[in-house]
Parts: sequence; C-alpha cells; structure tokens
Amino acid sequence: MSVELVASDVRPTATLIQAIDVAYDFGETPALRGANVSIREGEILAVMGPSGSGKSTLLHCLAGILVPKRGEIRLSGQRIDTMSEDERSTLRRDTFGFVFQFGQLVPELTAEENVALPLLLSGMRRNDAIVHAREWFERLGIGGLERRRSGELSGGQAQRVALARGLVARPKILFADEPTGSLDSFTGEVVMELLVTAARDDGTTVVLVTHEPRVAAYADREVVVRDGLVTSLNDHATST
Amino acid sequence: MSVPFTLLGLLEREPSHGYDLKRDYDSYFGRSKPLPFGQVYATLARLSRDGKVVPGEAEPGDGPDRKRYAITPEGREEFETWLGEPVEPEPHLQTILFSKVVLALMLGRSAEKYLDTQRAAHLQRMRSLTEVKRAGSLIDVLLADHGLFHLEADLRWIDMTAARLPSLAAAVTS
Repeated sequence: MSVELVASDVRPTATLIQAIDVAYDFGETPALRGANVSIREGEILAVMGPSGSGKSTLLHCLAGILVPKRGEIRLSGQRIDTMSEDERSTLRRDTFGFVFQFGQLVPELTAEENVALPLLLSGMRRNDAIVHAREWFERLGIGGLERRRSGELSGGQAQRVALARGLVARPKILFADEPTGSLDSFTGEVVMELLVTAARDDGTTVVLVTHEPRVAAYADREVVVRDGLVTSLNDHATST
Repeated sequence: MSVPFTLLGLLEREPSHGYDLKRDYDSYFGRSKPLPFGQVYATLARLSRDGKVVPGEAEPGDGPDRKRYAITPEGREEFETWLGEPVEPEPHLQTILFSKVVLALMLGRSAEKYLDTQRAAHLQRMRSLTEVKRAGSLIDVLLADHGLFHLEADLRWIDMTAARLPSLAAAVTS
C-alpha cells in the first residue's frame, strides 16, 4: 500500500481508493480516457469539471457501480473492478455510502425507513435499524421529521434525510454526486456543513462531485476532470 | 501595474516600435483606457535602463519614435515568471488575468495552465474563507460570504474563458 503525506499535516495517511488509467465509454462516446486519481483515508476530495467531462462516470467507476473498460480500481490495494457483480453489490452496501443530487428517497417509505434502509439490507433487525436511523435525525437537525414521507419534505430536508441514509451504516467512503445541486445557496451550505462535520467526526473519506466552487471549498483538495482525464489543480497551487 | 509586463510580452512576440506597442496594447488591453504615448516611452525607457529591453538604431523617417525595441533574455525571464504567477485572489483581477491569457495565446503557449494556476489559488482562498465561516461569528460569516461570492464570480469567468480558449486563440493570432 502506498503512503503519502498530507501537505497540511505531518501524519502519513494511506491511499484508500485509486483509479489507475481508467477508461470508460458509452458506446461511441468516450467518458473517461485514462483517468488517474488517488484518495487518502479520511480525505475529502472534490471532483470538479464541466458538464459531460466524465466526473460522474469517474465517481461511478470508483464506487463499483460501473466497471471500467480499461484500467483498475483499487480499494486499500485490492482490485474491485475484477469482482463479480454480487461482490461489488456487497461492497457498495457494506463499505460505501451514497448521496445524489435529488436525494432519491423511496417515496413509499417514511423518512426514518429510508435512513434505516442500508442497515436493513445488511441484515440488521428492523427495530434496531430504526433506533440507529433516529439518532441521525437529531444529529442532522431534522428531528421531528422521522415519520414523514419524501413528498412531505422540503428539498433541504429531503437532502438531509438522504445524507443520513448515506452515513447511517458508517461507510468507509461516502460518494456524493452534486449533493447540493438542487438546493439554494443557504440550504446547500447547511447540507455541506453537516456532511463535512459528520465525515470529519467519523473519519469518513468523501468523494464529492460538484461544479460549485463554494461546495468544493469544503474539501481538502480538488481535481478537475476534463475530456475524460483528471488534472490535479494543486500541482500548480501556490500558497496564498 | 501590468503595463511593463504586457509590453514585454508584446515584445517577446516580435521587436516593435513604440507606436506598434501602443496600437496593440490599446486594441487588446486598453479598450476602455488607451495607453498614453508618454507612458509607452517612459515604460520602454525604464525597461531599457533595467536591461529588460534594448533599443535598436534610430531608423530614418517621420515621427518621434523610430527605434525598434527588442526583449532581452533577462526581460524574457521576468515576463515568464510574471505569466506563471497567480494573481492575488481578490475582486477585479480579470484585467490582469485577461492580459495573461491573451499574451499566452499570442505567444502560442497553453493558457489553460495559467487558468488552472489561478483556479487553484482561488479555491485555496475559498477554502480559507470557508474555514473562517465554520469557526467564526456571524459577522465573520457574512464577511467571508461576501469574499466567497466574489471569488466564485471570478471562477465562473475562468471557466467560461477556458471553454472559449480555442476561439480566443484564433482571434488573437489571426
């Protein structure tokens, strides 16, 4: 396992997940053309780039949702792109958490059932899962909304419920794809503050896809995906 | 403040008379504020004194300025350093950054690299302001917000400029 130093900290931290020379295409349309990125344990990385640049495809490859056509995805040094669909499904359920732009809550379930879902899928008993889920409502400032369904929640409330669902199983990595993209500036800031605080408190690594600089500013570091390749801005950065 | 560097950049392209420099400066960088002739010659005199440019022999003809100026290796090095440094992230940087982008394209260099350097400097400053917000009072939050929104506006300009680089390159080299 490779070891790198965090610029602002003297503690060595290990690379947790890596994309190595990853290529992916949608038929005739190339989305990634040899993307490389390494993310350290506990790091919050912002993935930026113009629309259609391949940033969401990169997130989906890192998260084992898509299998690269070329290259490797390594989690703690182990290849996950060569795993079976069932193995990757288990990995996504037990090791990764997800937050998407529009929350994507299950409309038939209450907010607390939505949050409990990852725990239920992992085999936890329903009552225990609901107890764990409820802790997150207080933690994310949405106490009192447990029994509401997604149609009865505002955008900001729904996104906080989605964040709770993404974090409830204490994932190693939270993948967040434009988590504030459907929210106004103020509500988006509240969601980002909660996301970053929860991730830092629990040592969760975060891969954050965003096109908003103010959202990226919550991250430790940012990379830009451009034409299917990853550029690290910090290679050029100077102290300011 | 960037006039000397801009003139050095124009001279790196090719040795020029003061008149040509003023014409190109006004056409690309001084549309709302043309450069006075006096400032062109004063700047060239200073650059010459400091060894950044050298005047050629006076050429026969009408007009006050018949010398063609050429950039020296020292001037080239200073221009190169200036081009690669990010501008202090603050409002109203566009004029200098715009000059750097246009000069880079004129000289056949990758302007994207300079935009990325600036993007990184801006995001670094935004990260600092975000930390101030997270730890500060409401007053700190409001002041940091003001800075963040201005920096974000700059970044949007940088993104749009990056998207327009191919057509901008064609426009400034035609």
